[in-house]
Amino acid sequence: MTAVAPAFAVRTGGSRQLAGTGTLLRFALRRNRSMIPLWVAINALMVLSMPGTLKGLYGTAAQRADLADQMATNSSLRAMVGPVFGESLGALTAWRIGVYAALLAAVMSLLVVVRHTRDEEESGRQELISSAMVGRRAPLTAALLTAAVANAVLALVITGGLAGQGATGALALGLGIAGVGMVFATMAAIAAQLTESARLARGLTSAVLGAAFVLRAAGDAGSSDGSSVLTWLSPLGWLENERPYAGERWWVLLLFAAAVLVQGMLAYTLAGRRDIGMSFLPTRPGPATGRLGSAGALAWRLQRGGVLGWSVGFFLAGVVYGGMTDGATDLVGDNDKAREIFQRMGGQSGLTDTFLAAMVGIMGLVAALYIVASVLRLNGEETSGRAEPVLANAVGRLRWAGGHLVIAFGGAALIMILSGLGFAVGYGKEIGPILGACLVQLPAIWVIGGLAVLFYGVFPQGAAAAWGVAGAALLIGWVGPALDLPQAVLDISPFGHLPKLPGGEMDWPPVLLLTALAAVLVAAGLTGLRRRDLST
Amino acid sequence: MTKAITVSGLHKSFGRTHALAGLDLGVEAGEVHGFLGPNGAGKSTTIRVLLGLLRADSGAAQVLGRDPWADAVELHRRVAYVPGDVTLWRNLSGGEVIDLYGRLRGGLDQARRAELIERFELDPTKKGRTYSKGNRQKVALVAAFASDVDLLILDEPTSGLDPLMEEVFQRCVEEERRRGRTILLSSHILSEVEELCDRVSIIRKGRTVESGSLSELRHLTRTSVTAELAGTPNGLAGLPGVHDLDIQGRRVRLQVETDKLDAVLRSLGESGVRSLTSTPPTLEELFLRHYQDELQEEGAR
Repeated sequence: MTAVAPAFAVRTGGSRQLAGTGTLLRFALRRNRSMIPLWVAINALMVLSMPGTLKGLYGTAAQRADLADQMATNSSLRAMVGPVFGESLGALTAWRIGVYAALLAAVMSLLVVVRHTRDEEESGRQELISSAMVGRRAPLTAALLTAAVANAVLALVITGGLAGQGATGALALGLGIAGVGMVFATMAAIAAQLTESARLARGLTSAVLGAAFVLRAAGDAGSSDGSSVLTWLSPLGWLENERPYAGERWWVLLLFAAAVLVQGMLAYTLAGRRDIGMSFLPTRPGPATGRLGSAGALAWRLQRGGVLGWSVGFFLAGVVYGGMTDGATDLVGDNDKAREIFQRMGGQSGLTDTFLAAMVGIMGLVAALYIVASVLRLNGEETSGRAEPVLANAVGRLRWAGGHLVIAFGGAALIMILSGLGFAVGYGKEIGPILGACLVQLPAIWVIGGLAVLFYGVFPQGAAAAWGVAGAALLIGWVGPALDLPQAVLDISPFGHLPKLPGGEMDWPPVLLLTALAAVLVAAGLTGLRRRDLST
Repeated sequence: MTKAITVSGLHKSFGRTHALAGLDLGVEAGEVHGFLGPNGAGKSTTIRVLLGLLRADSGAAQVLGRDPWADAVELHRRVAYVPGDVTLWRNLSGGEVIDLYGRLRGGLDQARRAELIERFELDPTKKGRTYSKGNRQKVALVAAFASDVDLLILDEPTSGLDPLMEEVFQRCVEEERRRGRTILLSSHILSEVEELCDRVSIIRKGRTVESGSLSELRHLTRTSVTAELAGTPNGLAGLPGVHDLDIQGRRVRLQVETDKLDAVLRSLGESGVRSLTSTPPTLEELFLRHYQDELQEEGAR
């Protein structure tokens, strides 16, 4: 018997480790049947619309040469988008959007991988699945394959869609973007082994992604041909150094392959050395007694991490945009079409003010996402069953919701003020007008927040529609001016009614009306919340 | 005695599902009241109405003399609730949650809190996501038992506890009863209800089908009798209320409706009794009888 047992063990330790991978992969793809297509579609749309936009902006060879010259000398702009390597439309597309498409692919990949690894373990669902005919390595393999399928489809769509600009460059760009996606898929696979919570795994991987962006930005700021060591340290830098449409360096793809391989192996090794549900970074114990004494304090405790993250992000974004204001103004000033777009976003005034107003407007649009996320925490608390015992205490629904809403609506004001301070730090002048411009975004942000409260209070099953509203406002405000949409369409968004500050005239009636509208929406939502059943 | 909870003719629908169809419930102040029913009978829905989390479609409900929907906040100062499925915040420790719930109810007895944590063997420093189901329930139970309230509403509070902790739980309920607190205990662990409850209500499909003290309920049901007689049994089959009569020589087994027991004993006595065992119906039999009716009805359809 003793002689047989080890042989048996070796055999079960081999191919059986992957038993059930196919079933799990199909299951994962089914669970992502709307999420992955949506991510791929948005990403591909962004990339494939670029040649048309760039053709409008830089139609002549002279304009493109001019742009390349400017980028060679302007380090703050290079930090944002990277250096220009060629003057064809394909090369400009890869330059303008490559890094951002890769960022999106990376976020998609990390979400997919964490969703099917640590999320499953944390929720306890994995236990049930692993108790079936499922090999020890199958869940991680299925998660990575799901990400691989998503990235492969993305690469295929980009290659096919851009083939008109040259198939070789299109393939290089598509593979590079998918390569970045897979680097962060395997990175997320490692993070999922290290941490006990899915949220932390996503946060860790996002932090690495942010660091990769900063490394590339710092490298590109210092060098105009991507040759800085810092750029080479970042997977996002590999993409630009692969040089799609500018004398492709195919060997750079080996870097992606090597990173995926090494990280993948590390993830498997880590996964093989731990028990299900366990992690390498143990959770620290908390205090034995608590100081939380009210629903408001609880709301703050639950949301403070988010508020802090958004605050830091908005301040830094302000610093970056403020810092590139002068350079961007020069660049935009030389191109009629670009100036026109900025004027539609930021108003007809001095170019600097126009640029600032456009950037502040974008911050406002992004802040709408914050307020929706913050308001919908109420819905998350309710549907998870955590609201029920709280409301079974001597806490009224208004007081309970009020705590979260103060953080949502006050937090929006806080992050806009911080972004204004960031602009002031980066730009170095005009603190007052920029702060004013940031604050004037608030009524529109609050209207979106008010709609979220209304949906949640009156129709909680459809509360997620608030994301659709914020997304539509973002789309109209961001893409609308570039597409030269009629004012009637721009006016659908509350942001379309705001005065264009700094530079434009302050216009009080729409600002006050939007604020009043937001108040009415919140009141209606809260009335609905008071009258309806709690969903359980 | 005053009523802690009065409910009459409660209706509640979710879409086309009628969760409650005219439910009645009366809980006296100071008693431990068992609230029984199969899964989906409407126990949790009733409790959520009593807590003002759901609004009844029709019918009347009063908790501690108040309207649970209109006076929810005032009422909740005097009520502690333990849900059947406790979910905690992943990054708050158990101790923090206990203190939060206590403060939101208007006070926590710190000495009692410490004692309960000890007795339930709960580690209050662990974060919400690392507790097992049973430990999450202990968090809610400690918060409820340490609160200074008049009414405890417990919705299947022991479904994740091990037998040792179940024992601790039962002792805690006993202590609460001695302090004069009212407890509504929803459960389908029948031995627990039998052990703890003064009175029980059994509900089925959103209606109350049985309510009363355990002895009252037993009165309505059958007692099993096994006897060894000196002579041949005589005339048992003709007695009212006798079922499942099984006579083998001098051994008799039968079931008799408990209020008809007298006549059976007299008849057995006439034959001379050598030995006699009589078992009152367990709650389980009681419960199963109602439940089996339902199964038979469904089978007949």
